[in-house]
Amino acid sequence: MSDDKANPAQANAEAKREVSRRDFLNEITLGALGVAGLGGVALTYQFFSPNVLFELPTTFRAGNPDLYPVNSVTFLQDQQIYIVRTAAGFYAVSAVCTHLGCITQWKPEANMIACPCHGSKFQPNGKKIEGPAARPQPHYAINLTADGELEVDKLQIIKADQVLKV
Amino acid sequence: MGASFNTALESLRTTRVWKSIFRRGPAITNRTRSLAVFGNLFLHWLPVKVREKSLRVQAAYYLGSLSLLLFIILVVTGVLLMFYYHPTTPKAYNDMKDLRFVVSNGVFVRNMHRVGAHLMVLLVFWHMFHVFYRGGYKPPHEFNWVVGIILLLLTLSLSYTGYLLPWDQLAFWAVTVGTNIISAAPVIGNEVRFVALGGHIVSENTLLRFYVLHVVILPLLAFLFIGVHLWRVQKDGGLTVGSKDDDG
Repeated sequence: MSDDKANPAQANAEAKREVSRRDFLNEITLGALGVAGLGGVALTYQFFSPNVLFELPTTFRAGNPDLYPVNSVTFLQDQQIYIVRTAAGFYAVSAVCTHLGCITQWKPEANMIACPCHGSKFQPNGKKIEGPAARPQPHYAINLTADGELEVDKLQIIKADQVLKV
Repeated sequence: MGASFNTALESLRTTRVWKSIFRRGPAITNRTRSLAVFGNLFLHWLPVKVREKSLRVQAAYYLGSLSLLLFIILVVTGVLLMFYYHPTTPKAYNDMKDLRFVVSNGVFVRNMHRVGAHLMVLLVFWHMFHVFYRGGYKPPHEFNWVVGIILLLLTLSLSYTGYLLPWDQLAFWAVTVGTNIISAAPVIGNEVRFVALGGHIVSENTLLRFYVLHVVILPLLAFLFIGVHLWRVQKDGGLTVGSKDDDG
């Protein structure tokens, strides 16, 4: 008591530093609501991101190599890829245009892959001839299965010079 | 005839039911007319008094009002279309064809919705250009200008989500191309596209997502922001009428 009287300024400062019950409850409530809000955003985002999709499998068999003559480009409509066979061997090129995702078409008379949407042109090996696409068409991993069929893995993108020799 | 109608109206006004609905009494003085506007939910955001020149066609060519009218037409025709449309494949495309060739007056309702949607995009842009060149974005209208930009984005989003619903080739490839533009955004692009489409490709998931956005979420947001927009027009002092308009 006598101390307070001796130094009232210090006592006042200490009282100010003390957190009142109201402030404490306000802060803890706001904090809890904030955490719950962030959690709600995260849960909603997860809810909107599907876990099971009924899309085509990304790894698939493309049949016996003998189906594809040498120096041919074959469009597989379901999987939206080209199986290209040259004298050197096989490779699989994406048919989805790297520009904005339209499905390209193989034009044998012009020896090029052309996109109907915005006019991008590619060589059969996926190299860009003309824009607006910025990137070449990717090559997917292609292998032979134990029973001698071609198998393409669309999740694995390989270098354009890699060819499957059969 | 007119006299007996007036007498009937007068006696109706003395009934307890009428008085419970219109508590202000007959709008015969400026004060009671003002109170009639203030006390009505549907009128209270309208001005009690307006300057005559702000009602002239040249003041704003009614572009904002016409946009609102189109929005109402689109809500009504859109609800009608919902009675026949299933957001599933392949029913969506068949329902759209049925609306054109099988349902009575279906082609009329569908085309009203379709043409109305195109017109609304056109009018909202025109409204915006008009407001911009009149300087209608300047103080005290800055906030309402931003609300207007949100309404433009909502109009475009409604237009884009509605574009997928016929589920024809045009719709499919427009949304394929449009969502590929999203995936060009750095870091989050592919993830945003995946969530927007509900998969890696435009599929039935995408159709359902766009449908829910088109018929529930975006219209509710549009209602909300249109309400704020109209209310703020009054609170900010009515239409921007330049001195040019004085001579008509």
